[in-house]
Amino acid sequence: MSAGRLFGAVLGRDLRLAARRRTEAMLPLVFFAVAISLFPLGVGPEPQTLRVIAPGVVWVCALLATMLSVHQLYAGDLADGSLEQLLLAPHQAVWVALAKALAHWLVNGLPLLLAAPLAGVLFDMSGPALLALVTGLALGTPVLSLLGGLGAALTLGLRSSGMLLILIVLPLATPVLIFGAGAVSTVEAGQSAGGHYSLLGALLIATVMGAPWATAAALRISTE
Amino acid sequence: MNATGLRFFTFAAPSRFYTLAGWLVPVFWAVAIGFTLAGLYIGFFIAPTDATQGDSYRIIFIHVPTAWMSMLLYLVMAFWAVIGWAFNARMASILARAIAPTGAMFTFLALWTGALWGKPTWGTWWVWDARLTSELILLFLYLGYIALAEAIDDPKRADQASALLAAVGVINVPIIYYSVVWWNTLHQGATISLTAAPKMASTMLTAMLLMTVACWAYAFAVVFSRARAMAVERDRHAAWVHTLAVRTGQGGAA
Repeated sequence: MSAGRLFGAVLGRDLRLAARRRTEAMLPLVFFAVAISLFPLGVGPEPQTLRVIAPGVVWVCALLATMLSVHQLYAGDLADGSLEQLLLAPHQAVWVALAKALAHWLVNGLPLLLAAPLAGVLFDMSGPALLALVTGLALGTPVLSLLGGLGAALTLGLRSSGMLLILIVLPLATPVLIFGAGAVSTVEAGQSAGGHYSLLGALLIATVMGAPWATAAALRISTE
Repeated sequence: MNATGLRFFTFAAPSRFYTLAGWLVPVFWAVAIGFTLAGLYIGFFIAPTDATQGDSYRIIFIHVPTAWMSMLLYLVMAFWAVIGWAFNARMASILARAIAPTGAMFTFLALWTGALWGKPTWGTWWVWDARLTSELILLFLYLGYIALAEAIDDPKRADQASALLAAVGVINVPIIYYSVVWWNTLHQGATISLTAAPKMASTMLTAMLLMTVACWAYAFAVVFSRARAMAVERDRHAAWVHTLAVRTGQGGAA
C-alpha cells in the first residue's frame, strides 16, 4: 500500500464516519452560530459597534469552534485501537496526520466558510469586508485544523484535555487570528489586504510543511 | 566519580548533577545578591535622572533584565528539553521542566514592570502593540508547557510531549525580539546593540548589566535547586537517594 493510498484511506474513513454522524458533525457549526450571536447581546445592538467588532468576533468564535471539535480527532481511534494499527503502517505517520487534518477541515472548517456570510448579515458587514473575512478564513481555517491536530495528538487521552488543548494551541494560532481579522479591518479602512493575505498564505504553507511532522511525532509520543 | 575523570556526559547522571548543583547553588545566590545590591545602588543613587522621563525610568533596571531573561530562559528550556528528548537524557528533561516556572515568573515580571513603567510614560497600563502582545504570548507558551508536562503522569511521555511543545514555541522568541523592528510599535526600539555604541548613559548601562548578571545568577540558583528536588523525586527508588536520605537522617539526628 503506498503512502498516497494510506492518506486516501484515512481521509475517506474519517469523512464516511462524519457522514454517518451528521448531527455530531454539525455541532461545531451550531456552536459557532450561537457564539457569534451572543456578542451583539452582550455588547449592544449599535450597528457601528458591531461592524467594528465583527471580524474579531467571527475569528475568535471560529477558533474556539475548531478547538472544541478537534479535541476528539484522535480520541475515537485511540479508544478502539485503530490508531495504533495506523501507526504500525509501513509509512510515516505524517500521512495519517495530514489526512486527519484535511478531514477535520472539510467537515468543520469548510462549513465555517459557508456560515461566515451569516455573520455578515448579523453584524451588518459591507460586501468587501465580508469578502475579506471569507478569504482570510479560507486561508486560516486549514492552519487551525493543522495546529488543532497537533494539540489533539499531544493531549491524547489526558484528563481535562479539552482545556489543555485550547491553552497550548491558542498561543500558536494568534498570528492567524491577528492577520485574518486585520485583513478585514484593512479593507474596511479602504486599503488593500494583499499583505495580510500573503502572510496568511505563508503561515498556511509553513504549517502544512511543519505541523504534520510535529503531529506524527506527538502521536508516537502519546501512544508509546 | 569515574576513574577516567570528567567526561562530557558526567553530569547527565542525576546523582552527580545533584552533588554539583549542591556546591554551585550557594555560589549563585551570593553572586545574585551581591550583583543586585551593586546594580540597584548604582541604578538608584549614581545613575542620573533621565532628561525626558525623570526618575520613573529607573524601573528599567528590573524591566529589561527580566525581559531578557524571559526570552533567554525559553530558548535554554527548549534546548534542554530537545536534548532530553533526542538523547533520552532524563536530567536534561528535568532541567527543562525546572526552568519553566522561573521563565514564566520573569515573563510576568517583565510584563508587570512594563505596565508600571507605561502608566506614567505612555499614559496607559497596556497597549496591544507587537512587542507586548508577543511577550504575553510567551507567558502563555510557558504556562502551556507547564500545564502539559503536569497533566501527563508518565514522566517519559511528559518530558517528550512538553519538549515537542517547547520546540514548536521557539519561533515566538525571535518574533518578540524583532517585533520592534518589523512593526510600528509604541514600545521603543533597541537601545543597545552588539555592534554600535549604546545610546544610554554609561552608568545606566552599567547598572542594567549588573542587574542582568544578578537575574541570571538568581535563575541559576533557583533552577538548580528545583532541578535537584525533581531529580531526587524522580529517582526516589534509586540507591543514591537512599544513601542520601540515610546520610541526611544521620546528620539530622547527630
